[in-house]
Amino acid sequence: MTALLIAQILLTLFVFIALLHSAAAMVWVERRVAALLQQRRGPTRVGWQGLLQPFADVIKLMFKEELRPRAADPLLFALAPIISATAAFSAFAVVPFGASTTFFGLLDQPLKLQVSDVNVAVLVIFAIASMGVYGIVLAGWSSNSKYSLLGGLRSSAQMISYELSYGLALASVLLIGNTLSLTDLVNGQSGVWFGFIPRWFLFLQPFGFLIFMTAGIAETNRAPFDFPEAEQELVAGYHTEYSSMSFAMFFLAEYINMVTVSAVATDLYLGGWHGPWLPESLGWIWFLLKVAALLFFYVWMRWTLPRYRYDQLMAFGWKVLLPASVINLLVTAAGVLYFGL
Amino acid sequence: MGSEAISFYLFGAIAIGASLLVIAQRNPVYSVLLLIASFGALSGLYVLLDAPFVAVIQIIVYAGAIMVLFLFVVMLLNAPHEDTEHDERVHPLLRPGPMRFGAFLALVLAGELWWALGRGGDTGAFPGGAVSSVRVIGRSLFTDYAFPFEVTSVLILVAMVGAVVLAKRDNPRDRRDRGGL
Amino acid sequence: MVTLNHYLVLSAILFSIGTAGVFVRRNLITILLSIEIMLNAVNLTFVAFGRALASADGQIIVFFVMTVAAAEAAVGLAIVISLFRHRESLNPESFASLKW
Repeated sequence: MTALLIAQILLTLFVFIALLHSAAAMVWVERRVAALLQQRRGPTRVGWQGLLQPFADVIKLMFKEELRPRAADPLLFALAPIISATAAFSAFAVVPFGASTTFFGLLDQPLKLQVSDVNVAVLVIFAIASMGVYGIVLAGWSSNSKYSLLGGLRSSAQMISYELSYGLALASVLLIGNTLSLTDLVNGQSGVWFGFIPRWFLFLQPFGFLIFMTAGIAETNRAPFDFPEAEQELVAGYHTEYSSMSFAMFFLAEYINMVTVSAVATDLYLGGWHGPWLPESLGWIWFLLKVAALLFFYVWMRWTLPRYRYDQLMAFGWKVLLPASVINLLVTAAGVLYFGL
Repeated sequence: MGSEAISFYLFGAIAIGASLLVIAQRNPVYSVLLLIASFGALSGLYVLLDAPFVAVIQIIVYAGAIMVLFLFVVMLLNAPHEDTEHDERVHPLLRPGPMRFGAFLALVLAGELWWALGRGGDTGAFPGGAVSSVRVIGRSLFTDYAFPFEVTSVLILVAMVGAVVLAKRDNPRDRRDRGGL
Repeated sequence: MVTLNHYLVLSAILFSIGTAGVFVRRNLITILLSIEIMLNAVNLTFVAFGRALASADGQIIVFFVMTVAAAEAAVGLAIVISLFRHRESLNPESFASLKW
């Protein structure tokens, strides 16, 4: 029993540190990919191929002065980045990233590669995503500045509008998968059709996947839906008045939200850790590859598409994406009923 | 004390403490945030009562949507602190008029509830075994409770339309034409 | 040993706190928040009884109560907004006279 407990604690620590490093890696990936897309080279001097650039950025941010505007509400001003970062990390707690493993026989019972396995894992992710809105709304309000308030309110209105389509795309997957537990949903995608097409839900739900990814991009406030925090529009939106580590926490929260959305999309649509040629216990390698592909897609979107204006963004979310996700749900329900899945 | 009892007392204390602070705070933004904390504690209590679905729905609907709505309204109205007609230095809960009547009424209510619960006899421990899963709830919701389910969807539609109409700004042009009605 | 009584007493205390809030506070938004506290206390009672009677009905009724609470909060806040626009005050005593 105690070996399992220790393994569980180590797994939790491992996931936490891995998320931090993934945020650092995303900083580097974003800058290099952005540079290559713009036909320049990006950071190449700090360490080999610029791989130490994120650490240089973190050290620089740590040495900056921590400012607080005099008219800002001190408690809420300090609380907002904490809420954002906490929600971002907590959402990853229920995401499984590999099959149960005994670590080559060190443990008596297999340990699930998931910090906590709840029956209602899918809903928990949705719930914690709704909590993330508060970090932004409070940051905008407590800064007591025009740009921040506008940016905060717009950003949170955008997030709660796109949560609807996010949830409905999720519901369509639940109809097919017939369970709310993420581990069971992934295990329902093992195996192949006709010998070579994997049983991913992506092939059963192509539009659902597109809707999910679009809503996910809007949820994390990334381009092309990043009007509320774009530099050219609102100075910096809700994090205008933040500096040093608080600013770093908002950025951390944004990158980890991206990783979480990609991980959930991988589990729901791309078959999680199932893949050919590798044994089950090394399935996390496939998981990492799929998440990396989705993250590259995120960065590619940002540096290719122009930004939506705020009213276009809200109109798109309510008038296009929401009806599309409802129709997707209806068609999925009809399909499940007809084909008896 | 078992872990269940510790969790119950902890969540219960947070829920009661946060609710007391909600009605004691002057600043409405703090009240909303404390209420969110209280909802979180209640969600923990639902998990203890073997109702994980209700617990998560509580976070999604109450803490994640309704409270965001409250927060938006408080921020957009720039809600002033408590009324400025009375003496600002006296705390709202200690002013003579409301305090005497309202607090007394609440104490009477609490006393009555305590008495009623004491008379019922010891209801005993909970029966063992898990009660229901989401599957059971879903099935029951769409078969036995199908009619109330559809009615609530109409209710939400009515509430949406009502909220939009009530909060809309009157067009000044219209008001001029109709003579201020 | 946590019995049904514990949950009922906790729910009663929360309900009384909500009632006190409605009577004592002179700010429309805080009054609406106290009403939400009361609704949550009732939800707790329903779920506790649902567990004690081993029935899913408790949770289903909570589902409906939450929906009604959401609708009521939306309409209530819309009313508060339109009242505020008219009198620039959130004190219920400002709306004591019948003249609009």
